[in-house]
Amino acid sequence: MVPVLFLGFGALLVATALMVVLHRNPVTSALFLVLAFCSLAGIYLLLHAEFIGLVQIIVYAGAIMVLFLFVIMYLNLPHDVEHGTHIAVRRGIGWMVGALMLLFATLLMRRGWAPGPENAAMIGQEHGNAAAIGRELYSRFLFPFEVTSMLLLVAMVGAIVMTKARRPAGEERP
Amino acid sequence: MIPIGWTLALSAAIFCIGVVGVLVRRNALVVFMSIELMLNAANLAFVAFGQQLKSIDGQIIVFFVMTVAAAEVAVGLAIIVNVFRLRETVFVDEINLLKG
Amino acid sequence: MAALMNNDVFVVALWAIVKVAIILGVLLGVVTYLIFAERKICGHMQARTGPNRVGPFGLLQTPLDVLKLLFKEEFIPAEANKIIFHIAPMLAVFPAIVTFSVIPMGPPPMFVVTDVNVGLLVFLAMSSLGVYALTLAGWSSNNKYALLGGLRSSAQMISYELAMGLSTIPVILRSGTLSLVGIVDSQAGTYLIPGTHIPLPSWGVFHWYLVLPFAVFLVCSFAETNRAPFDLPEAEGELVAGFHTEYSSMKWAMFFLGEYFNMIVICSIMITMFFGGWHGPFMELLGPVFGPLLGLGWFLLKLSAFLFFFIWVRWTFPRLRYDQLMGFGWKVLLPAAILNVVIAAAWLYWRAA
Repeated sequence: MVPVLFLGFGALLVATALMVVLHRNPVTSALFLVLAFCSLAGIYLLLHAEFIGLVQIIVYAGAIMVLFLFVIMYLNLPHDVEHGTHIAVRRGIGWMVGALMLLFATLLMRRGWAPGPENAAMIGQEHGNAAAIGRELYSRFLFPFEVTSMLLLVAMVGAIVMTKARRPAGEERP
Repeated sequence: MIPIGWTLALSAAIFCIGVVGVLVRRNALVVFMSIELMLNAANLAFVAFGQQLKSIDGQIIVFFVMTVAAAEVAVGLAIIVNVFRLRETVFVDEINLLKG
Repeated sequence: MAALMNNDVFVVALWAIVKVAIILGVLLGVVTYLIFAERKICGHMQARTGPNRVGPFGLLQTPLDVLKLLFKEEFIPAEANKIIFHIAPMLAVFPAIVTFSVIPMGPPPMFVVTDVNVGLLVFLAMSSLGVYALTLAGWSSNNKYALLGGLRSSAQMISYELAMGLSTIPVILRSGTLSLVGIVDSQAGTYLIPGTHIPLPSWGVFHWYLVLPFAVFLVCSFAETNRAPFDLPEAEGELVAGFHTEYSSMKWAMFFLGEYFNMIVICSIMITMFFGGWHGPFMELLGPVFGPLLGLGWFLLKLSAFLFFFIWVRWTFPRLRYDQLMGFGWKVLLPAAILNVVIAAAWLYWRAA
């Protein structure tokens, strides 16, 4: 049952990721990416990482992609038009690089491509639980946690400062 | 149980699709989305290994990657909006002058 | 067939499907009469009777309204993005219904579809996905006013989502678990008010450090469901009905239904977190069969009270202007929610030490 679900979600993930890269309209690409994130969240649930799976939906699909959609709608972008030989050449090179990378990855994994002995002990209730993550996050990973929160603050302030409308010089601030 | 090989294969495939997206597309926003695909492929690999090695560290790293990706998207989109205001375009091969 | 029945996964899945079907059916009925109740209550609050002509006491009003909507002509704007235009109303309804799968409406395991151990996060995830319906509806209509209304609505929803998520943290701190069934279980029984001999049910809201989080969550829930006094983006007469300007007939009805589904879901979550869920008196007296049913009855009673409160507030308060709304969400509710987390954490730590 679980492998069937994994194959289903995996196929959906690959299909939507391909559509992100191939589709001409940026809004449709963004929506396919949302679908990709949701199927990835499904895969996380199958891997017993429930907290991460739902945080994936909350953060990636629910916040980051909304931000993307806001910006795409604000910029009012048309469909991408791509003609010309130089672009076709570059596109060909891009696909070849991608195929080569996939080949390398396959060759690398051939060495250790063992389905692996099924681990006898299943992951218990502990793993994937928010409690387990929280325990580690606030003890061993406390410093990265604090640094990341500073990073978020800096990013937020930076984004707001960068996109503020400029007043012409010489105008009085009310 | 899902064999680790399958998850890693999926992660590699998504990563390669992301690389193709970065190289092939001209729209800066779609390039950004492909970068997010690559980050998610890495996340998937982390979670898979975390489950394989029975360690919660994989999921903690994923937590941090998601946070940093969120911050990066916010700042990156602000930059793209600013560039659009200056250059009236988001196509990466038309934004080729540092001046202005 | 017998082999299937012995398969655990199959039995669990079958039960889940049966429960989901029952919930969907009941929910559609509840929403129909919730709309009718709203019109009647609004009428009485405005010193008039609501609809009372169609059917006995006007009870057939909403089913016939739905029938009328089914027969209306559907307009699709010429330049609209057809696929997204069709999907947006579905997205309005889908997250709300999914959340119902984790809400315990009676003693488990019978009255909850699935007890995910991160149930509260499912609710937060689905409310994050609810933003898409508005954004995509506004954008795909190819209409300036719809786009502005859609973007305003989504900005409002994501701003209030933050304060809402943060205000649920004191509840989690108290119950020690993210699972909604666990949160309800931590509100079982009674406890004495410290210093007196007065027993109170051990519901969330009767603990002092959960009163302010409840207030914050209540205000955020009005904003999340785009209901008055936070319904500027979608009110008729403001921005030409906002994001659903170009929608007609069944698609508009889907948005309308989605708003009421969201209302029911958020009231259920509030009851689960702050008001003891399905707990109530006299449940042990009725034995093993009718006791749980009484639990369901208490849940529905509390739900009705909350829905009445939502309707009451809508017809009492004037609308907030958009800048007042955003200022309130970011400058008042968010700091209040953060303060709540600090206070609750400090108190619980001091009490445990």
